[in-house]
Amino acid sequence: MPTDSALPIYINGLTKKYGELFALDAVDLNIRSGEFLTLLGPSGSGKTTLLMAIAGFNRPDAGSIQFGDTEMILTPPHKRDVGMVFQSYALFPHMTVAQNIAFPLKLRKVTEAERHQRVEEALETVQLGGLGHRHIDQLSGGQRQRVALARAFVFKPRILLMDEPLSALDKKLRERMQIELKQLHRQLGVTTVYVTHDQREALTMSDRIAVISDGKLAQVDTPQTIYNHPANGFVADFIGESTILPLNNDSSGQLSFNGQHVQSQPADATHRDWSLVIRPERLYLSEMSDAPGRHNATDTPLALDGIVKENVFQGETAFVLVTIDGGHEVSVRFGTGSMSQAGHLQPGDVVTVYLNRSDAIVIPTGDH
Amino acid sequence: MTARSLNSTALKQQERMEQWTLLGLAIPAIFVILLVVIIPVGWLFYLSFIGDNGQFTLEHYQKMVEYKSYYRVFLNTFKVSILTTLICIVIGYPMAYFLAQLPARWAGFFMLAVLLPFWTSLLVRTYAWLVLLQRKGILNEFAMDIGLWEKPVKLVHNLTGTLIGMAHIMLPFLVLPLYNAMKKIDRDLMQASANLGASPAKSFWQIYFPLSLPGMVAGSLIVFVLCLGFYVTPAVLGGGRVVMVATQITSILENQFNWGAASSLGVVLLIATVLVLIIAGRVFKLDTALFGKG
Repeated sequence: MPTDSALPIYINGLTKKYGELFALDAVDLNIRSGEFLTLLGPSGSGKTTLLMAIAGFNRPDAGSIQFGDTEMILTPPHKRDVGMVFQSYALFPHMTVAQNIAFPLKLRKVTEAERHQRVEEALETVQLGGLGHRHIDQLSGGQRQRVALARAFVFKPRILLMDEPLSALDKKLRERMQIELKQLHRQLGVTTVYVTHDQREALTMSDRIAVISDGKLAQVDTPQTIYNHPANGFVADFIGESTILPLNNDSSGQLSFNGQHVQSQPADATHRDWSLVIRPERLYLSEMSDAPGRHNATDTPLALDGIVKENVFQGETAFVLVTIDGGHEVSVRFGTGSMSQAGHLQPGDVVTVYLNRSDAIVIPTGDH
Repeated sequence: MTARSLNSTALKQQERMEQWTLLGLAIPAIFVILLVVIIPVGWLFYLSFIGDNGQFTLEHYQKMVEYKSYYRVFLNTFKVSILTTLICIVIGYPMAYFLAQLPARWAGFFMLAVLLPFWTSLLVRTYAWLVLLQRKGILNEFAMDIGLWEKPVKLVHNLTGTLIGMAHIMLPFLVLPLYNAMKKIDRDLMQASANLGASPAKSFWQIYFPLSLPGMVAGSLIVFVLCLGFYVTPAVLGGGRVVMVATQITSILENQFNWGAASSLGVVLLIATVLVLIIAGRVFKLDTALFGKG
C-alpha cells in the first residue's frame, strides 16, 4: 500500500467535560498509519466524543490531536481534510448521488472532467455504478450507506472516520457490509477510526480495538488479545459473553475455585483479589460427544458439578444454564449438530462442566 | 367457496359504516365552508355582472380596462405586497435562523416574542405604529435627540409607514413556516459539509439555504397573498396616499355605493391571487413546501 495514503493520529491528554462529567478523561491514544482502529464502548462511554474531536466537531477542554507531525487541535473541521461517514449518512437531499460525491471534489477545485471520472470510480468501488443520476430518496438504506462511504473517500483523505455507519442496516446487510468495509480499507490503505457499540462488529473488522469506558481507555489491543486476555473486568464483561467467578487466593499466591487449583497469581501482581472469566463456548459437558477430544493431554480440566437450570436452543448454537456447587450460574454454549448429546438435557439433570486450565482467564477483581 | 367468503359481507358492511362516520364528521366543516365561502363568493361574482338598472352587464370589467386609475391601483397593490414580502424576508430569514439554532427551551421563549404581536388586535398594532411613527412620535423625537436627523421625518401617512406596519404584522407568517423548514434540516448535514471541506459560508449557501428555500417560498407566498387583500394597515398608516385594491373597494362603496364595481374589483383580485398561487405552485412544487414531503 502506498505510504502517502495514510497518516498516523497521535492523541495526548485529550479531555472533554460536559458539566461535571468527563466525556474524555486525559485520553492518550496513538493510531498507526493505515490501521483500522475501532473505538468500542457502551453508549455514553465517550467514543463518539473522541471521534467528533478528531473530526473537529467539538472543542475539547485540553489535549493535543496530531495528524502525523501537524497539530490539529485548533484547526476548524473544514480544514482537517478527513473523510467521515455519519451514522445518519448525512447525504444532501437536494443533490443527486453524483452531486453528493462530487461535492468535496468541487470544493477542492478538481476539474470537471476529472471530477466526473473520480465520481464514477468511487461509485464502481462501492458497487453503485450507473446510479449517479439517482436522487437520495430513491435509494435503499444500504445504497445510501455506500454513497456516504464513496463521498467520504472520493477526495482521497488520509484519515477516514466512521460513526456507527452500519447501525441502521438489517443484520444480513450489516454483516456483508462489514466484510466489504474491511476489503475497502485494505484497498484504500487509509487510517480508519471506526466507532461502534457492537462488539462483534469490532471483532470482525478491526486491526486493533480501543475499548472505552467512562471517558477512559480500558484496553487497546488486537481483537484476539482483547477477547482472550481482557485486561480487566469491564473488558471481560463487555466483549463476548462471560461468567465472572471469584477466586480464592491462599497465602502462597495460588488461585483456586471450589477447591480446585486454577493457576498461580501473576508474578507482578499488585492485587490480592482475582476473578475467573469463563467464556461459554470454552466450557464443555461430559454429555457432549466430542468432549474427550477437547481434553488436553498434559492438563486435567477443572471439573465443576452442577444441575441444569435451562436448556436454550438458538439455531446454530444452543446453551445450557448450569447452577454449579456454590450457587454460581454458568452458561455452556455448544453447536447444535447431530453429534451433540447436550440438546437432550432437561432442567434438573445432574451434569459436570469442564474447563481446560489453558482457557481460564484470570483478571483482577473489581477493576472496572 | 366459504373459505374465502366467511363473514365477508359483514366485514364489508363494517368498513362502509366507518367511511360514513368519517364523512359525518366532515359535514359541519363542509356546511360552514358553503355558508361563508362558496355562497358569498358566488354572490360577489353575480353582483359584478349586474349594472345600476339590475340588468346583466360587463361595464364594470370594461371600466377596469378603460381607466388607467384601476391599472395603477393593481400595480400599486402588487408593488406594496412585493416590497412587504421582501422586507419580511430580509428581517425574517436571520430571525428564523437564529430561532432554529437555539435549544428548544430558548426557542420557545423567543418564539413567544414573535407570536405575541400575532395575538394582539390588528387595529391596536396599527394605531400603535401611528403613535410611534408620527411627526412628534417617539421615533422622531429619539432620532432628533441623538442627532440622527434634525427635522421630523415623515414616517407615516405614506408608503414608508405602510411598509413598516405591514412588514411587522406579516413577519410571523414568514417566520413560522421558515422556522419549521429550518428545524427539519439535519445538523449532521452541516457537519458533513464542513467535513468535506466547505467553509461555513459555503456550507450555508450550498446546503442550508437551498434546504430552507421551500419554507421561505411558502412563507413568502402566504405574506404576499395576505398583503394583496390587506385593508386596515394601508388605510390607517397610508393616510389615503397608498391606494390598494382593498382600500379602493371601500372608497367605491362609501362614495358611489356601487356594489357592482366593488364586486368586480374583488373578483379580479381573487383571480389574481389564485393565479399567483397556481404559478408559484408549479414553479416551486408548493405542495411539498406547504405540507411537507409527499
